[in-house]
Amino acid sequence: MSFETLINALVSGLLTGLVYGLSALGLSVIFGVIRIVNFAHGELMVMGMFFALVMFRLFGLDPIMAIPLAAALMFAFGYVLQAVVISRVAHLPEHMQFLLLAAIAIVIVNACLLAFGPDAQGVQVGYALDSFAIGSLIVDLPKLYAAITAVAIAGLLLGFFKYTATGKAIRACADNHMGARVVGLDVGRLYALTFGIGAACLAAAGCVILLLVEVQPYLAPAYTLLAFVIVIIGGLGSLPGALVGGVLIGLSEDLAAAFFDPSMKTAFSYGILIIVLLLRPQGLLGKAAR
Amino acid sequence: MRAGPAAGSAASVWRHAAAAVFPADALSPAGLAALYLFLAVLVTAPFWGDSYIVTLGTLILYSSLVGQSWNLMLGFAGLLSIGHALFVGLGAYTAGFLFAKAGIPPIVGFVPAVAVAVLAGSFIGYLGFRYSVGGVYFALLTIAFAEFTRIMVEHAGFLDGTQGLFLPVSQADRKGVDLINLRGHPVMFYFVIMALSFGALLLSRALLRSKLGYYWQAIRDDQDAAQSLGINVLRYKMYAVMISSGMAGIAGVFYAFYSNSLFPDSTFGIERSIEVTLAPIVGGVGTLFGPIFGTFILTPLGEVITWLIGALKSAGVIDPALKLNGLKLLVWGIAVVLIVLFKPRGLWPWFRDRLGLLRKARDDGDTGGRGDG
Repeated sequence: MSFETLINALVSGLLTGLVYGLSALGLSVIFGVIRIVNFAHGELMVMGMFFALVMFRLFGLDPIMAIPLAAALMFAFGYVLQAVVISRVAHLPEHMQFLLLAAIAIVIVNACLLAFGPDAQGVQVGYALDSFAIGSLIVDLPKLYAAITAVAIAGLLLGFFKYTATGKAIRACADNHMGARVVGLDVGRLYALTFGIGAACLAAAGCVILLLVEVQPYLAPAYTLLAFVIVIIGGLGSLPGALVGGVLIGLSEDLAAAFFDPSMKTAFSYGILIIVLLLRPQGLLGKAAR
Repeated sequence: MRAGPAAGSAASVWRHAAAAVFPADALSPAGLAALYLFLAVLVTAPFWGDSYIVTLGTLILYSSLVGQSWNLMLGFAGLLSIGHALFVGLGAYTAGFLFAKAGIPPIVGFVPAVAVAVLAGSFIGYLGFRYSVGGVYFALLTIAFAEFTRIMVEHAGFLDGTQGLFLPVSQADRKGVDLINLRGHPVMFYFVIMALSFGALLLSRALLRSKLGYYWQAIRDDQDAAQSLGINVLRYKMYAVMISSGMAGIAGVFYAFYSNSLFPDSTFGIERSIEVTLAPIVGGVGTLFGPIFGTFILTPLGEVITWLIGALKSAGVIDPALKLNGLKLLVWGIAVVLIVLFKPRGLWPWFRDRLGLLRKARDDGDTGGRGDG
C-alpha cells in the first residue's frame, strides 16, 4: 500500500463523494419531508445529464453553466409530478408508492432510450484532461470543479432550508405534518415545492456528474441504488447525513478500486450499507425514533 | 357448466379438484364456470396453440409462481421484499451449478437449491427482524443483499462469473421428456411450470386458512397488537420469509433448466426484482389469485404492444426503419402507473366483483382483496 496511491485515492474519493452527496441530498429532501422513497431518483438525474448533454451539443454550453436552466426545468417537472401524480397515492401503503415510482422510473428510462439510444455519450470540455499536481498528489480539474459546484449548491440548499420562510415552512411540515396544517400551511403546495427542489437538486447533480462520466439510460437504476446506499448510511431524511454518506461512499469506492479491483467497488458500498442497516438502521446522522 | 348424469363422475372429480382450490362455497356459479373455463384453456393450450402460445404460457405461469412467492411475504405477512431475484437466482445457480459441473440431476439438485434460497432468506430475515429493520428499510436491505450477491457471483470463477453459466443441452434433449433431468420438449416445461404454479396456489391457500395464515394476517395488520396477544412475531415472520424464499428457489430451478444459461446481471439484477413485484401488485396484493391474474394481464399486454408496434410499422404509420427500443416498456410503464392511480387495490378484486365470481353472502368484513379468491 503505497502512500501516493492512498492519498490520491482519498482526494479523488472525497471529490467524487461530494458530487454523490449532492445527488443523495435530492433523495433525502424528498424522503425527509414527503416520506416517499423516490425510486425514480437516478432516472431524474439521468434526465438532467441528458439535458446537459444536449445543451453542450447544441450550444457548446459547459455542463456547469447549464445548471440553472436544467434545475429550473426539472423543478417544474418535479412540482407537477408531485402535485398531479404522486400526491394521489399518499394514502396508499408503501408498496403501492414504491410501484408507482418504479413504474415512473421505467417510463423515464425507456423514454430516454427512445430519444438518445443505448450508447454512452459524454461531453468534451476544454479542461477535460487537465490536472494539476501538488507533490505526488494529482488532482483532475473536472473532478475539482464538479466537487466545488456540488458543495456550493448543497450550501445554497441548506441555507434555503435554514433561513428562508418557505424553507422553514417545509421543515415544519417534515417535523409535524398535522401541526403544519393546523397553523395554516398549504401542505400540498409545500410538498410539491419540496419535490421540485429535490428534482432540481438532481438536475444539478446530473449536470455536474456529466463532467466525470458518460451518460446512457441504464445508468439510472445504478444511480438510484447508489443514492439509497448513501442516504441510508447517512440517515434517511438527514441533509448533512447525505453529504457525509456521499463522501464515505466516494472514499470507499476509490479505495476499493485502488487496492482491490475496480469492479468490486460497489460490493464495498453494499457491505457498508448492510453493516449500517444492522447496527444503526437510522443511519449515521439520522434520528433514532420512527 | 352443467354436466349431465352420464358425465357425472368425471365432472365430480373436477368439481372436487376445483373445490380444493376455490372452495365451492366461496364461488358463485359464474365464478365456478369461469374457473372451469380457465382451467380448460390452460390444460388444452399446447394442443390447440402453436409453439408461441406454449412459450407465452410458460412465461406467464413462471411469473405467476414467482409472484405468488413474493405475495406470500408482502400480502400475507406484510414484508416488502424488493430483492426477490436473489432467492430465484440462488435456486437457479445452485441447481444449475450442480447439474453443469457435477452432473447432479435437478430432481436431487432442487433440494440444496431450495436449501440455499431458504438459508439466504432466513439470514436476511433474521438480521432484519432481530435488529427491527422495518418497512422501507427492510425492503432496502433485501435490495442490498441481492446486489451484493450479484457482484459476488460476477466474481465467482467457479460459477463462470460474467461469462454466464451454461447448462449442457442437446438437440435430442429438446424432443424427449426427461423429468429427472428436466430436459425435454417445451410442452413438458409448460406442464411442469403449470404443476408448480398450481402447487404454489394450493400451498398458499392452505397456509392462508391455517393458524399460521391467521397469525400472519394479524402481524400484517397490526404487529404490536399481535405481539401483545402472545404471537411470537419473529418466529412467524421467519416462517413467511422461509416459505417465500423456498418457493422462489424452486422457481429458480425451473428458470435455470428452462433457459439453460444464467448470467449474474439478468438473474440477480434490480430490474428482475422489480419485475417480480409488478404482477402481484397489479393483480392485487394479498389475494390468492391476484398474482396469477396480474401476470395474465401484464405479460400478454407486453406482447400486444409489440404486435401493435409491428402492425403500425407495416401499415406505414410508423417509419419501419425507426428503432423503437424501449417503446414497449414505455407503454407498459404508463399502463402500470394508470393502474396504481385508478385501481390501487389491484385488478383482480375489481374484476372478481365486477363479474360476481364470488358468492355475495360474505359477512366477514375484510374481504377487501384478501382472503379467498
